[in-house]
Amino acid sequence: MIFVYIGSTILVAAFGQRIHVPVARIAVYVGLALLLSVGPVLGLGSDATLNTLADAGIFVLLALGLNIVVGFAGLLDLGYAAFFAIGAYTYAMLASPQFGVHLPFWVLLFVGAALAGAFGIILGSPTLRLRGDYLAIVTLGFGEIVPQVFQNLTRFTGGPNGIAALDFPSLFGRSFGTAAFPYYEVTLGLIGVALVTARNLRSSRIGRAWMAIREDELAARHLGINTTRMKLAAFAIGAAFAGVGGVVYAAKLSLVSPDLFQFQVSILVLSMLVLGGMGNIAGVVIGSLVLTLVNQVILPQSNVLAQAAHLPVNLSNAHFFIYGGILVAIMLFRPEGLLPSAQRQAELHESVQADGV
Amino acid sequence: MHEFFAQLVNGIALGGIYALIALGYTMVYGIIELINFAHGDVYTLGSFFSLTILGALGVSGEVRGPLLIVDVGVTIIGAAMLCGIVGILIERLAYRRLRFAGRLAPLITAIGVSFILENVMQVWRGPSPVAFPAVFPTHIYNVGGVGISLLQLAVVTLAIGTMLLLEFFVHHTRFGQAMRATAQDREAATLMGIDINRTIALTFFVGSALAGLAGFVSGAYYQSTWFFNGFGAGLKAFTAAVLGGIGNLAGAMLGGFLIGIIESFATWKLGGQWSNVTVFTILVLTLVFRPAGLLGEVTPEKV
Repeated sequence: MIFVYIGSTILVAAFGQRIHVPVARIAVYVGLALLLSVGPVLGLGSDATLNTLADAGIFVLLALGLNIVVGFAGLLDLGYAAFFAIGAYTYAMLASPQFGVHLPFWVLLFVGAALAGAFGIILGSPTLRLRGDYLAIVTLGFGEIVPQVFQNLTRFTGGPNGIAALDFPSLFGRSFGTAAFPYYEVTLGLIGVALVTARNLRSSRIGRAWMAIREDELAARHLGINTTRMKLAAFAIGAAFAGVGGVVYAAKLSLVSPDLFQFQVSILVLSMLVLGGMGNIAGVVIGSLVLTLVNQVILPQSNVLAQAAHLPVNLSNAHFFIYGGILVAIMLFRPEGLLPSAQRQAELHESVQADGV
Repeated sequence: MHEFFAQLVNGIALGGIYALIALGYTMVYGIIELINFAHGDVYTLGSFFSLTILGALGVSGEVRGPLLIVDVGVTIIGAAMLCGIVGILIERLAYRRLRFAGRLAPLITAIGVSFILENVMQVWRGPSPVAFPAVFPTHIYNVGGVGISLLQLAVVTLAIGTMLLLEFFVHHTRFGQAMRATAQDREAATLMGIDINRTIALTFFVGSALAGLAGFVSGAYYQSTWFFNGFGAGLKAFTAAVLGGIGNLAGAMLGGFLIGIIESFATWKLGGQWSNVTVFTILVLTLVFRPAGLLGEVTPEKV
């Protein structure tokens, strides 16, 4: 029952308007939410499907978090995978035989979020005064340093091999084990929380401050917005989302290693945002679902698909090309993304016209 | 003490490669304020182009005498030209449309271009490191007890020579004047009859050609290359450009040598696995405490 509630909240939050939501629309969302949350309980969807969906869900979480930093506040963070890594290693060190510490998954969700958020503040406080492109490079540097440090501190982190045999989460004494179903439901619930959080933040005072900073930092400062504090908040909250994602990811995989958190992961999440439409919550969700589908289903199956279509191609190594192509093509031809928020679209096109004179 | 000087020589040679790449970053940033993220991959392309040209010349190992100069000269010019053309194409296809689109859109596009180039190279030359012929004779000159190879001398000479040529080019030729004018005020430059599209394209050509040159040098130096080489080297060269003061040619050179030396000593004292962390920490510290770099002037952000 709780999943129904969460699921419907997710969808209403993601797609609904704040005021005057048509009844038919609500009915569609509730129906979808029911299908997503209760369907698997009734045996809908194979384990493999749920597994893919759970992975996709983790990336939805990451994309929602990065969207707060990049989409709302306009700060390009190229080292987002670092916070994902911090969350994952939090779980790996505190729920495994590594140190003999076995804290519960549910507690570590909060610990992971808090630690990642704290690192967001630590990284952010000296760097957020930098202008956009320098900030991007500093975050990139941070994104390179963190996995490298995890790799080098072998005594604590298991070095290049990482930490394996992490505890399975459990609920009411029942272990999650290796089946995809419980992870899927947990991810779905967390996405619900994330969607509500992101949506409320966007329409709050903080959210409006972020957007003011994104559009014109100088003007925002003159309006009395404490830009440094607001940017820090965006960084910390975005990082916390990644921390939660990292905890779930580590628990689901039962393994962490430094190579899971390379630069490519940051760019993958960025491509999801760019594809769906930076700043638009529904767009971000769809962008991440589409790219995960491409990554986990279409590319691995490309040989089969190509043969079926009699095409002489094999795309199974084309990940970089696809992320890069998305970034370039969208930026050039549709900077607002596939599903833009109406406001963002207006802003982007207005600025192009204004500058083009 | 002997080890100290050996590491210093290593670092300077490594720094020469970074300096050559950093010159391209700094030129492009100087003129259109874009961090050309794909620049590191153009450098990798340079080593693959060199490999192809060397193959066509039938060079598969050490070359001696006058033939060395011919072979190396042809390879360098060929790789530099090809990379220069790639640079012009990248600017034309990916960046020109976004010249008025703010800062983030071109940067995101540049990352996209970088990923595309990496994938293309991965398909072209495979995902594993590729051997590069050791073109230069391995003779080691003994200078006061420290061994210096011909190649190390060549790297440093090339880097410093290129920087001096560029300084001359930028400050004493019409194209250089056009570049500086475009960098200062694009609109005013247009009104003065400067074709800014051509000027920017030329800047990309020169910067990318230098990356091609660096690609050859690093291939010959390490005797191997692979498609992902440009990511790390590009970041370090960018760090060098920032450390020296971005937009400043002498700064890029100084930064390149400093980063090379620092990396070399970090590898020696802390171990190879800490060298990247050290360099990126320097990047972060420079940007935080002295964003204008060592030789750069502090300029307020254009609003």
